[in-house]
Amino acid sequence: MTDIIADTSKSRSELAIIIAGVARDPLGLIGLIIVGSIVFSAVFASWIVPYDPIAMNIPDRMQGPSGTHLLGTDQLGRDTFSRVISGGQVALKVALPAIFGAMTIGLTLGMIAGYGPKWLDNFLMLLFDTIRSFPTVMFALAVVALVGPSLQTVVFVVMATSIPTYGRVARTQTLTLRNSEFILAERAMGASMARILGVHMLPNIIGVLAVLAAMDIPTVIALEAGLSFLGLGVKPPTPSWGVLLKDGYALIRQTPWLVVGGGLPIILATLGFTFLGESLRDVVDPKLRKNR
Amino acid sequence: MTETLLEIDNLSVDYETARGDLKALRDISFDVNRGEIVGIVGESGCGKSTLISAILRLIAPNTRFRNGAIRFKGDDLLTRTEDQMRALRGGDISIVFQDPMQTHNPVITIGKQMVDIQHRAMTSKKEKLATAAKMLGAVGIPDPEARLKQYPHEFSGGMRQRIAIAMALMSEPDLLIADEPTTALDATLEVQIIERLKDLQRDFGCAILFISHHLGVIAELCDRVVVMYAGAVVESGTVREIFHNPKHPYTRRLIECDPGHIKARARILPTIPGEVPDLANLPDGCIFRDRCDQAVACCAQVPPLTRLSEGHNAACWLNHAEEVA
Amino acid sequence: MSPILEVKDLKTNFGSVNVLAGVSFTVEQGETYAMVGESGSGKTTVIRAIAGLAPAQAGSVKFEGREIRGIGERALRPLRKDIAMMFQDPTGSLSPRLTIRNLITEPYKIQGMKDRDLDAEAKRLLELVNLPAHFADRYPYQLSGGQARRVGVARALALEPKLILADEPTAGLDVSVQGELLNLLNDLRERLGLSMVIITHNLNVVRHVADRMGILYLGRLVEEGTTEAIFHEPRHPYTNCLLSANPEPDPDARLDRIALKGEPPSLIQRPSGCEFRDRCPMASEVCTQVPQWEVTDGHGVRCLTPRHL
Repeated sequence: MTDIIADTSKSRSELAIIIAGVARDPLGLIGLIIVGSIVFSAVFASWIVPYDPIAMNIPDRMQGPSGTHLLGTDQLGRDTFSRVISGGQVALKVALPAIFGAMTIGLTLGMIAGYGPKWLDNFLMLLFDTIRSFPTVMFALAVVALVGPSLQTVVFVVMATSIPTYGRVARTQTLTLRNSEFILAERAMGASMARILGVHMLPNIIGVLAVLAAMDIPTVIALEAGLSFLGLGVKPPTPSWGVLLKDGYALIRQTPWLVVGGGLPIILATLGFTFLGESLRDVVDPKLRKNR
Repeated sequence: MTETLLEIDNLSVDYETARGDLKALRDISFDVNRGEIVGIVGESGCGKSTLISAILRLIAPNTRFRNGAIRFKGDDLLTRTEDQMRALRGGDISIVFQDPMQTHNPVITIGKQMVDIQHRAMTSKKEKLATAAKMLGAVGIPDPEARLKQYPHEFSGGMRQRIAIAMALMSEPDLLIADEPTTALDATLEVQIIERLKDLQRDFGCAILFISHHLGVIAELCDRVVVMYAGAVVESGTVREIFHNPKHPYTRRLIECDPGHIKARARILPTIPGEVPDLANLPDGCIFRDRCDQAVACCAQVPPLTRLSEGHNAACWLNHAEEVA
Repeated sequence: MSPILEVKDLKTNFGSVNVLAGVSFTVEQGETYAMVGESGSGKTTVIRAIAGLAPAQAGSVKFEGREIRGIGERALRPLRKDIAMMFQDPTGSLSPRLTIRNLITEPYKIQGMKDRDLDAEAKRLLELVNLPAHFADRYPYQLSGGQARRVGVARALALEPKLILADEPTAGLDVSVQGELLNLLNDLRERLGLSMVIITHNLNVVRHVADRMGILYLGRLVEEGTTEAIFHEPRHPYTNCLLSANPEPDPDARLDRIALKGEPPSLIQRPSGCEFRDRCPMASEVCTQVPQWEVTDGHGVRCLTPRHL
């Protein structure tokens, strides 16, 4: 019966089909728009920002929102709105490499753990569990103490602590697929482990991981914001939403708009990426089911 | 006295898909009388699954009932509410499915499952367990009281299917629908189940709607047979008429292709060349026309299901001498 | 001519479960041998053990005279050109995210034959199995069961193997399509001079493709001979039961069915004496002894009360 209901037209690429599927879902569409806006503004930040985000302008400090400064200025006279936009750039500069790195490393290790010999599996699981048992902030503190705070430090911390998540999922998927008939068929043809993992397992696993990644981005953004809020993240004067929150929090009575400026984008990003991720998952899942 | 228990009357069901409407069932008509065993024979894509899900209303969300009625004891099931249908399922109409390994809940004991499905009976739990044990015995499970405490994985495939039959018959249904119940089993188990079904049917007197693509089993078990192809009934009649005097080219070819009767080693086995038509893009005229070696000009019109003799209907122009001549 | 495959006393245990208790059979070049058995007989394990996909703790498997049991994956890899396998689940054995073209040219890539024109090979193979050329761009989920099976055949034939191991090649196929596949296999076998080992529980299939057959019960062969001999003069009671358990598509067919009692016994606790005696309609006191494998005129049987002798 599946072949009756399956779509036999393969004229559009798989990506186009996925995006179309997401756009059909109202929440997914909202997610797509929000994420699209964030990405757009992050990429074209330098052209969009009305003011230089790190340019100080003491005479204009701590102004409320107005026509010239949409979200007011902070305690050093910097335009909040410009800092919010640039903060988006920072957020993505941390989230994307960190998650991409974590996903790649986690995927590789997870597949090896799931397919390779038992002792290797046990070792890798021990490694993952050890990493996961560290509270992220403690780990960040330790690393910062070693190498000092910076964007790269944040990326490294976030990546290292995310690897086990992707690793576990990749491992579970690999274990599930390991005994499928098509993997057996590949072994019967003499395929090497590298080939089986790279050509046959990977395409079936990456969908799940991509969904996970999409839902993970807000967590990472929040993590970066949190670290920056604590002063463990990006170095001033680099604007980050966490830094905005920190500045605003310190002078919350005088400059509450900074808190809004720092907090609102985080909320929007979380909502947007979560809607997108969930919609992606719904679109990707039934496609996999077509293979019955 | 043959009382009509189930009457499928000109039933047409579509699936709405992105590619268009899949015409899964077109003008399906046949009856099942009380106490008789009716076999539905057909290959993949003939619509048997759609038919069963239509009768029980366990349908996919994109199913559309275009036409027709499903009358059970005179009542059109299509007009019943979901609650009324639920009262019917597992009560007056029971079903046994194809895969015995997936039929039962793996984390609940067989005893508990058999007690649970007696939820309509106003008896005590002890009495329900006793009934369950009795049914297990009736399907040939040795030591039934002890086995009630076991989990599905502790039974083999053949036993699980027998348990499924026991569970289906416990409510003493008027109609038992068996959806390819022996397809997943080895031949020796298959015949065991068929023998068992025959005995049970005699004892309980229920009607059975037996779906299968295994001609030998249909021939052995059924009183009447309905042959389906690509969503249409092409022939129906008593089992003897269908197997000894088939009146539709598809039925004839199907019987020819069954290697069960080809005693000597054949260098080339008979087949039906071509593929089942795309249900979303139906050809004009007779549904079997493209694969039929006896097609004539008038096959460009859809042949009606015509009554050829008492209890024997076929949808083929070749039976209308005046049309073909 | 020496046999292409010689299996002697193959034994396989999965943990404490003894799945194969010493299976021996020979396949001559150009011959089709059918291994018949029901669930639990070990037939799938036999074929997988031969292909090196399941363990075999004892016994010998000789391919073209060369021992291949337990030689390790690296040594086995070059032989995989010559021994191809077809799996039971037609769509499940095809990697779901690859196109048919990529699927049937997999063997070339695995064996490192990069110089071949893979497009041309894909076309050739599709033609060999009577599938239209445009199927090369399709995905497994877009194929019917019969079509997916033929892709499996095409893939098995890619590197022109000498021996094909087929696991239930007609399982799940409609009767009208089954014949197509069997005709295809017969045709290819003749044209390419293939040898085949087919495992199945479907006796109707065996009758039309196999030269010789063996009946497997609980991991041991209980009867073996030419297909003709076995169908006409089955000696083992189990063979007899199997043959009679075939309902004919004729409501008036006489049913002299020999009923098999009970279920196959557990492999963890094998019965003593003749392992079939608890279910055997012909069992007697003599069956508490262990029957030996005896061959008369190329027809072997393991029974203390065989028929036709």
